[in-house]
Amino acid sequence: MEALPYAVSVKNLCKSYPNAIALDNVSFDVKKSELFGIIGPDGAGKTSLFRILTTLLLPDSGLATLQGLDCVSDYKKIRKIIGYMPGKFSLYQDLSVEENLKFFATIFGTTIEENYDLIKDIYIQIEPFKTRPAGKLSGGMKQKLALCCAMIHKPEVLILDEPTTGVDAVSRKEFWEMLKRLNQAGITILVSTPYMDEAILCDRVALIQDGKILSTDTPQHIINTFGKILYSVKTNNIHKLMNDLNTWEHTNSAYLFGQQIHLTLVNESFNDKDIQQYLSDKGNTDIKVEQIKAGIEDTFMSLMTKQHHE
Amino acid sequence: MNKKTVITVKNLYKRFGSFVANDNLNFEVYEGEIFGFLGANGAGKTTAMKILCGLSKPSSGEINVAGFDAYKDTEKIKKSIGYMSQKFSLYEDLTIVENIRFYGGIYGMSVTDIKERTELLIQKLELTEIKDNLIKDLPIGWRQKLAFSVAIFHQPKIVFLDEPTGGVDPITRRQFWALIHEAAQDGITVFVTTHYMDEAEYCNRVSIMVDGKIAALDTPDGLMKTYNAKNMEEVFLKLARA
Repeated sequence: MEALPYAVSVKNLCKSYPNAIALDNVSFDVKKSELFGIIGPDGAGKTSLFRILTTLLLPDSGLATLQGLDCVSDYKKIRKIIGYMPGKFSLYQDLSVEENLKFFATIFGTTIEENYDLIKDIYIQIEPFKTRPAGKLSGGMKQKLALCCAMIHKPEVLILDEPTTGVDAVSRKEFWEMLKRLNQAGITILVSTPYMDEAILCDRVALIQDGKILSTDTPQHIINTFGKILYSVKTNNIHKLMNDLNTWEHTNSAYLFGQQIHLTLVNESFNDKDIQQYLSDKGNTDIKVEQIKAGIEDTFMSLMTKQHHE
Repeated sequence: MNKKTVITVKNLYKRFGSFVANDNLNFEVYEGEIFGFLGANGAGKTTAMKILCGLSKPSSGEINVAGFDAYKDTEKIKKSIGYMSQKFSLYEDLTIVENIRFYGGIYGMSVTDIKERTELLIQKLELTEIKDNLIKDLPIGWRQKLAFSVAIFHQPKIVFLDEPTGGVDPITRRQFWALIHEAAQDGITVFVTTHYMDEAEYCNRVSIMVDGKIAALDTPDGLMKTYNAKNMEEVFLKLARA
């Protein structure tokens, strides 16, 4: 039989709770050895999706497969070939670092030694604390231990639910470097995050909001669909600037990005000179307008508003 | 410019056994300022914030919050501040109106005061139609905006926000910051932690903690100049990785 092209395949997946629709006809595929990101805010449906894929939750309808195995009927087989790091820290708090790792190796019928190469780079960073109870570790160390435990049985697919939420910018960067290395070792990785800037670190991403996929593609292709001319506008009084842009009839969208405002116009025959003119007529000073390339966050917001208008 | 000080921290130390979580912190926060309190996980932010909120006593140092001493006036401090975090905000099994009434009540507001201001707040946030819905039925973005409004409902001098926008969608995140700016314009001092570096740029001044110490404190522009960085993310990475 020919090798299956997809590590993860999701078709028309739906899941509702009494008060909410978590997944609304979700479809996407993850190729083998891909680093695939599910990008969206809290409540978008990311965790429900991952719980279905890890066989912990049943879908209402639709199909989900992992390495060709059905997430409903083949759940026992799937559990053996995936590594799962839930969003909430789920290791045994009163077992030590080493005991946790040994426990996970044992229940998957393997040993720490057998797959040590795979986790070595990460484990040596927490090894000095191997006798410490997991509950007494710092946030960054907990996260590294959880990743080691999810990897110790050499899974074919690694599923990580918001591994970087609440993590500082430095540790986030380091975590993504670890993921890249694991991915280069051939492991398919499916990772979710609410941080838009992490999208560009994935091979492909699905943007998700209110249980619906807004777009699935490489980050660059998604950004390319932005489709409007984007300006960065700066003055010495950002609040006045925001007010003036929000009340301008030609403003299509105006969003704060740090100390700049990213602006798109309704009528694109207008240009930076017209923006300058309007703002200086309104009494703004020190006006800087330049055309810039859109980023993933610009694109996500634009897709969000389009969805609301549909 | 009016620079009335609302938080003064002098030589703050907090030790847990031999571990020094806060190592000689010195800073002031001014009235109506948006003060960003950044640092890597484990740098000592939460420890310092607990002291400023009157929930934990310093080991040594002079600390004054809203005119009260952080050793003996902790109950007065608690009454003068508001607090909100991503993890703890509103009661999910109470309605919008019940949550507002509850918070107003524990801060000792009068019944008529609560009633009048609830009406205003509901109108302002455009929640009139759903004011009797349970919090758990509200979208997360709305919840966070409401949680912030509830945290400043008793008109505190200072509001402490601990990662208030974690996991919030990018549009709501910006609406949330518009509420923060509005509160600051009304004279409420905002003390905020965040892991979003673009949000650090919305603050008037930012301090960055590294290993229990304040490694830098300045306006975002000042920090970017000092560290020759094009944004706050670069500043942060340079300091925290040093």
